[in-house]
Amino acid sequence: MPQARVVLRNCDVIDPKRIDSYVARDGFKALAKARQLGPDAVINEVKASGLRGRGGAGFPVGLKWEGARKAPGDEKYVICNADEGEVGTFKDRYILERDPFTLIEGITIAGYAIGAKTAFVYLRAEYHFLFDLLNSAVAQAKDAGYLNGFNIEVREGAGAYICGEESGLMESIEGERGEARYRPPFPTTAGLWAKPTIINNVETLMNIPQIMLNGAGWFSQMGTEKSKGTKVFSVSGDVAKPGVFEMVLGSKLRELVEEIAGAKDVKFVQIGGATGRIVPVQNIDTPLAFEVVLGAGAVTVFNQSRDIIDIMFRTMEFLQEESCGKCTPCRQGTQVMLEMLERFASGEARPREIKDLEDLSRVMVITSLCGLGQAAPNGILDSLQYYRDVYESRVKA
Amino acid sequence: MSQGTQIERKNLVLRLKEAQKRFGYIPEEVIRGLADALDLPVNEVYGVASFYSFISTKPLGRNVIRVCKSLPCYLKNSEMIVRAVEKALGIVPGETAADGRFSFELVNCIGQCDRAPAMMVNGDVHGDLTPEKIAQILRDYK
Repeated sequence: MPQARVVLRNCDVIDPKRIDSYVARDGFKALAKARQLGPDAVINEVKASGLRGRGGAGFPVGLKWEGARKAPGDEKYVICNADEGEVGTFKDRYILERDPFTLIEGITIAGYAIGAKTAFVYLRAEYHFLFDLLNSAVAQAKDAGYLNGFNIEVREGAGAYICGEESGLMESIEGERGEARYRPPFPTTAGLWAKPTIINNVETLMNIPQIMLNGAGWFSQMGTEKSKGTKVFSVSGDVAKPGVFEMVLGSKLRELVEEIAGAKDVKFVQIGGATGRIVPVQNIDTPLAFEVVLGAGAVTVFNQSRDIIDIMFRTMEFLQEESCGKCTPCRQGTQVMLEMLERFASGEARPREIKDLEDLSRVMVITSLCGLGQAAPNGILDSLQYYRDVYESRVKA
Repeated sequence: MSQGTQIERKNLVLRLKEAQKRFGYIPEEVIRGLADALDLPVNEVYGVASFYSFISTKPLGRNVIRVCKSLPCYLKNSEMIVRAVEKALGIVPGETAADGRFSFELVNCIGQCDRAPAMMVNGDVHGDLTPEKIAQILRDYK
């Protein structure tokens, strides 16, 4: 399946500093159409499109919006999650640099659909260099009269991976430590300041104007049964051409990694960053889709010279440092796993520690408070499945 | 909680970032001052200040170097960049130079993996680094 340009259609085409260049590319026509249709019809269109969240979890977008629209209360919020912190992910940065206007239109449509008057764009601190560009785009949209009193505020993070997790993100906007919340209640009924709130990834919202303009039927023609549309991938690591590539969902990993990014001598690929999955080269024809493997679209390629244990150690080091510390399975589990992986790396592990890793993984998956701890063992479990012999070879007799 | 208190409270991270910019770190008096102003316990303000990696409760240098150590940069020899910064400044990660010009930190993924190895100096991003480029880049930060 081919590359496509739905989300990236304006990137390197418009001038991200000038709204007129966006308006000339059908900019804000989708918003006008949405306002003609009415909120319920907008939500129905998004539901019919089959669009699922692009931040990693893949929740159906229309259902999320419907939940917030139906939730009682006059005060509701839209949050755009631009806290792209997953290891190996940079596609939202690429999008924001090149086309902030489509995002603003998508956010405004979302706000109209759920009945919100205010939206926050939560921008990671590492992307401070985009702050002025985003604010300028919001100001231009406001001055041109497209926002109809809808308020979009860009909030900057302060350096914390966990704030890309939706409940940690809301805590941070509220001025708290960015620790994960217990759920339920879910954000659609009690989110920011306990008001109904939707949190959508940058890429998710970038799809909305195109869905409104071209219709759900056009969108859902692309992709697989459960993964409609396209996905924007961030490809890095042992490749000739690292970069951002948009593919129709269901495309094969091999096409992205070998044909487009020019990888040679591949050993394995980590998909979805530190909390992602390991795909060994023998499975490189796997389709990229929610049904199989996707995450937020971070694709990190490792060649034959790389050692799986070293990579898992570094992955766990990241998760251990970024665990917010609120729940014990994640705070202690990542620490204990890191210590075990260090022993495997140095050949000091005890034989039963392979089983210990598996047991601890299961506990963390089941009992962690949020996606960080629940997904932290993903790579460990995959690597134990595909490279068990390597772990066994690092055991001290 | 009243709407007014909420708005004040929601600005706590912003206020801390402003103080960080002004003083280079969060002095104890700032934490006490914010706690008084927001009618919060001191430990709660300290808890927020110490949570985020771009807010420091210890004094930092005038410029902060953050070299990315996450996997995509590691694969592109980020350890060579770390060595080059160490050599240029005579300090190791976690330290501040005696003249107060630089602090040096290792950080997790900064989203520049297509330009790996990468680092930030203050808010500026520098990508496609080589050890040879380091001295030249650091020269511009006084």
